Amino acid sequence: MNVVRFIMENRTQVVELTVEHLWLVGVSTILAMAIGIPLGILIAHRGRLNKPVLAGANIIQTIPGLALFGFLLPFPWLGERADRLAILALTLYALLPIIRNTYEGIRGVDSSVIEAGKGMGLTELQLLFQVELPLAVSVILSGVRVAAVISVGLATIAAAIGAGGLGEFIFRGLAMVDNRVILAGAIPAALLALLADFGVGWLERRLQPR
Amino acid sequence: MPVDTLTPKIEFIDVSYRVVGTQVLSGLNLQVASGETLVLLGRSGSGKTTTLKLINRLVSPTSGEIRVNGKPHQQFDVIQLRRGIGYVIQEVGLFPHFTVARNIGLVPKIEGWPEDRIQTRVQELLQLVGLETTLSSRYPHQLSGGQRQRVGVARALAANPEILLMDEPFGALDPLTRDEVQREFLSLQRQLHKTVVFVTHDLHEALRLGSRIALMEAGKLVTVLSPQEFLKSTDPWASAYVRAFGAGLEEATNRGTQ
Repeated sequence: MNVVRFIMENRTQVVELTVEHLWLVGVSTILAMAIGIPLGILIAHRGRLNKPVLAGANIIQTIPGLALFGFLLPFPWLGERADRLAILALTLYALLPIIRNTYEGIRGVDSSVIEAGKGMGLTELQLLFQVELPLAVSVILSGVRVAAVISVGLATIAAAIGAGGLGEFIFRGLAMVDNRVILAGAIPAALLALLADFGVGWLERRLQPR
Repeated sequence: MPVDTLTPKIEFIDVSYRVVGTQVLSGLNLQVASGETLVLLGRSGSGKTTTLKLINRLVSPTSGEIRVNGKPHQQFDVIQLRRGIGYVIQEVGLFPHFTVARNIGLVPKIEGWPEDRIQTRVQELLQLVGLETTLSSRYPHQLSGGQRQRVGVARALAANPEILLMDEPFGALDPLTRDEVQREFLSLQRQLHKTVVFVTHDLHEALRLGSRIALMEAGKLVTVLSPQEFLKSTDPWASAYVRAFGAGLEEATNRGTQ
């Protein structure tokens, strides 16, 4: 159990990097929700916008992680600090699942329910907050869950540009050809992914209508 | 019951509605008197549902004018207009995440009624539509089709609107339940005297519930007749209906093997 011993011996650093990792993932996921959910709502209501917005988010998704980090490096304010850059990149990657699930969730609300609501004289906002969002919430959260889990994995690459996180161990281990060091980064990262999956999944079930 | 016969409750003046390439409604002139049940009868695609949706402005006319209480539509705030008009549809459209009580009490609530008044109103309406008041804490998926439809009617009546729009409300119910809710509708209407516009393609339902029947075909109003007149009418479309339903009944009767 060399790995366990290595982790125990370096526990301060493991904890530190795990916290950094969580910070990168947490901030970027929240940012992606703040952008993606309103965008998803918008394209669900304004049909013409859905193709360009989803296509845009799709294109971002196809850029390889390292390349995106590299592209963003020359930007003045962003390039100054690696964690800003990493957060932006992770946010961009998290957008697609969140936008798409918000869109699908709202479009999936039974049209007769919407029609009855409109006919009763609910305003667009009342319809959104009292009917559409509550009924779509579990679909939206499952998009957030996918985004968070992807981010945990992707954030390991952030170490390549010096943004910290558990990727530091992985890159260091690769350079040293030492599996113990790689696993000291990979195992906590995997646990974080499971935790994110479980945590958002729990929230999803809690908020499910009915 | 005093009926203001001078101003029609709802009035269509030369109303047309067109969506790209299709003339859904053309030159509709129709008046609905206060307290009557006007049935819009016609086939699928005849424009009856569109006519209904024009009244609460879920659809806006391409040309022409619609008046409610003598006031042109443009002078209404659309949200206020809709809150003053009950709306019942075939799919009911109950909010699946709300209890029966919250479904019925929604419009009163957003209109700012105090909580205890809403509660009283909900109980009152459940009784009015013939439902146990214990159902108020149930969710829509725990109800039968007939119960859901009654809740839909109760919800439409919640804020005491003068006008009730019903779009094939009983179309999805089994024949026995349909017969039951039709009977309840008649007794309800005797108590409440709402101005009702009722869409159906079922002649039996039209004859049973309507004080007048407006027959529609291909986006045009063919004729408006009382149920008695309708049965005797020589209008080709009206008599086609009577024949179709009459013949249907005759032929559907199983005489057994002899």
